Amino acid sequence: MNFTLLVTALLTGLGFVAIVTILARLLAPRSYNAQKEEPYECGIPTKGRSWMQFRVGYYLFAILFLMFDVETMFLFPWAVVMHNLGSMALLSVLFFLFILVLGLAYAWRKGALEWQ
Amino acid sequence: MNEHIFDFSVVWHWLDELMLSVMPEWLTLTIECVLVALGIITLYAIFAMIMIYLERKVCAFMQCRLGPDRVGPWGLIQVICDVLKMLTKEIVSLRKTDRLLHGLAPFLVITASMLTFSCLPWNKGAQILDFNVGVFFFLAAGSIGVVGILLAGWSANNKYSMIGAMRAGAQIISYELSIGMVMLTMICLAGTMSFSEICQQQADGGWFIFRGHILSVIAFVIYLIAGNAECNRGPFDLPESESELTAGYHTEYSGMDFGYYYLAEYMNLFICAGIASTIFLGGWAPFVIPGLDGFNEIMAMIPGCIWFLGKVFFVIMLLLWERWTFPRLRIDQILTLEWKYLVPMTMVLLVLMALCVSFGLTF
Repeated sequence: MNFTLLVTALLTGLGFVAIVTILARLLAPRSYNAQKEEPYECGIPTKGRSWMQFRVGYYLFAILFLMFDVETMFLFPWAVVMHNLGSMALLSVLFFLFILVLGLAYAWRKGALEWQ
Repeated sequence: MNEHIFDFSVVWHWLDELMLSVMPEWLTLTIECVLVALGIITLYAIFAMIMIYLERKVCAFMQCRLGPDRVGPWGLIQVICDVLKMLTKEIVSLRKTDRLLHGLAPFLVITASMLTFSCLPWNKGAQILDFNVGVFFFLAAGSIGVVGILLAGWSANNKYSMIGAMRAGAQIISYELSIGMVMLTMICLAGTMSFSEICQQQADGGWFIFRGHILSVIAFVIYLIAGNAECNRGPFDLPESESELTAGYHTEYSGMDFGYYYLAEYMNLFICAGIASTIFLGGWAPFVIPGLDGFNEIMAMIPGCIWFLGKVFFVIMLLLWERWTFPRLRIDQILTLEWKYLVPMTMVLLVLMALCVSFGLTF
């Protein structure tokens, strides 16, 4: 039943957008104008391309995020059963976390957390 | 602890058996799915309207203004008029956009927020999606929204949209880390990932914000900060900062296409508050004081959904307060706050909570 409901919720989201978009297109007026199709940049014609090279800082943070997100993913199953695991398991996870903190400290020291 | 008297699953079972007795199984299933879908859309629309009205009124009062007060009594019909206006506005499609991705982005944003919306436990037995990996599913479904935002900014072929989307992407994925770690901390305490189980435990043994000592309170505060950043709101609204980027990633969307982003933004706030009240404030669990049986009996008489909504709107008020109090941060300040303060703090929090739970120091 759970997965039926998941598919239902998924289709609800998709169907909602589809139906409302069709409704809006039916209701909304339409007029053509060459100026209207220009991108909005404060009334001045656009200079250059918008699909351009981008600052590398965003990319660095995305990579850092990937590392830590995968780590939290690994920790979720542990968190569920940690009541029943002994102190040995806790020590192992603390060691795992320690390595991650080392990673963060390395990134910090290397200046990857600075916005350049 | 006494049995919770309002259990909605009884109603569902009764309805299910009633329908099964008069019609074949496939028809029952279809009708139930349609009912669930209509329920999701209705709740979604109603709460989005309430949220938009609330936000406008509260922000007006915080700035010593009146807010909407012309359409209907106290401006109550304003939101409905806005929806109608949005539906009847022209949808302008630009020449150089990536049409496919431009059209796809609202689907992703709305679907992500509807999937996470269905995870909320409204009452005992009244929860649409109840997985045993509920928290995990919530995080996974929620992060689809970022893809939608990035696509929206990329496909518009507009520099404002592009910058807004990049900022939104960097900010949302960064703060998702804190949200995930805070949830991890609370799962250590709960020992389960299912939202219904989490609520049940809090109904049986007290809310997690009280059970986890000061650690839970710190986790709650971090969640409030990161939650506002996740919703692109408050001091963290620079992906769509009006004064520099016009509207950020949805600059080039018009009419109802813009409406989807507006809707999703407010519903994400609601969902964020809903999850906060589920994992910290007990979800539908009533407020009880151990020992005061008479008081606890009266509290248990109030239906769970009232408790849930009360807590949700309490958290929403906190988030609105946060939003309208602080000035907007710069992108470097936002990332510094996350990576140099919140991430180390949540890690320490996780270790401390693990130690507390292991040595039985929680209530």
